[in-house]
Amino acid sequence: MSEPRLVEVRRNVLKQNDVIARALREQFRSAGVFVVSLVSSPGAGKTMFLEKTLTQLQPRYRVAALVGDLATENDAVRLARSKAPVKQITTGTLCHLEAAMVQNALCDWDLNTLDFLFIENVGNLVCPSSYDLGENLRLVLMSVTEGEDKPLKYPTIFNSADVAVVTKNELADAVEFDWNAARTSIQAVRPGMQIFRLSAKTGAGMEEYLSFLVQQLAEQRAVAHI
Amino acid sequence: MHELSIAMGIVDAAVDESQRRGVHVSAVHLRLGALSGVVKDALMFSYEVACQDTALQGSQLIVEDVPVIVFCPQCQQERKLASVQLFSCPECGLPTMDVRHGKELEVFALEVSE
Ligand SMILES: Nc1nc2c(ncn2[C@@H]2O[C@H](COP(=O)(O)OP(=O)(O)OP(=O)(O)O)[C@@H](O)[C@H]2O)c(=O)[nH]1
Ligand SMILES: [Mg+2]
Ligand SMILES: [Zn+2]
Repeated sequence: MSEPRLVEVRRNVLKQNDVIARALREQFRSAGVFVVSLVSSPGAGKTMFLEKTLTQLQPRYRVAALVGDLATENDAVRLARSKAPVKQITTGTLCHLEAAMVQNALCDWDLNTLDFLFIENVGNLVCPSSYDLGENLRLVLMSVTEGEDKPLKYPTIFNSADVAVVTKNELADAVEFDWNAARTSIQAVRPGMQIFRLSAKTGAGMEEYLSFLVQQLAEQRAVAHI
Repeated sequence: MHELSIAMGIVDAAVDESQRRGVHVSAVHLRLGALSGVVKDALMFSYEVACQDTALQGSQLIVEDVPVIVFCPQCQQERKLASVQLFSCPECGLPTMDVRHGKELEVFALEVSE
């Protein structure tokens, strides 16, 4: 055997995922559907928040959801109570969704019939950050019960998100949640990120966030000339 | 933990290159950004597992850590973040989200022999 030599190859390890994500984003744009993915730690409140979101948008918008879960179909069953189309993606041992899973799940859905599509990722603040799903907006959720410094502990995922939602707000006083500290830590890892503070349970604060979504949809369609 | 699937992606890319070039790969050089979402230690461990029963078995993974480099619009310069917990220019303190480096997850070179 000859002496080892170094050859430059420059291959992006996530290329395959990125290529599919780009195709999905283009598909979403041309169908005029606004796609939001949700990431958070396990139990932060994604499913309840999403159920409320679907229910409240439903009268005026055509909405649907995909939900990733390691093993159970519980979240899909809960979301289906909103009467919106819901599909479960069982990830098995995989702790995050990948673009190909989203693509497979959507293969028999007509995106042209939708205004909003929501994707609940697996509850995990580490792994989902590396995978682009083609979403238009990545929403990171944290609840007041998990502590104000979550963003500093998981800077990568907060940095990769577009908006933050602080939920379970009706419990804030009981757990002595320090809103300023939370806002400061979010802004440190993701300067300028818009933050919504609400309670999915009581519905307080949902209105402002829903109008934000509606505005995002309008802006996307204006750009896409649909 | 998603490092095993990342490691398998690295091995796949390296195996593909070795076949196309008709060479044996003894080491893989990886550029790993501080914002890649991948934990280095877990990746090193997973790499060995991912190499098993492939042409890369016994090869070495050499990781080059890539720090987060942002562009500061006030200084008009690229700056290295002091910490991934603070996206502000280390010189003038201006917050910035203009990330130029740090998301890399790239097989950039292979040590090969014929
Ligand atoms: N008090 C209160 N509880 C909430 C709120 N939102 C969710 N919960 C509760 O928090 C628990 C977890 O909520 P889920 O919506 O299942 O959380 P999740 O993030 O989807 O969880 P995983 O999918 O397992 O990661 C449930 O017991 C919910 O009833 C809220 O706004 N206030
Ligand atoms: Mg859930
Ligand atoms: Zn500066």
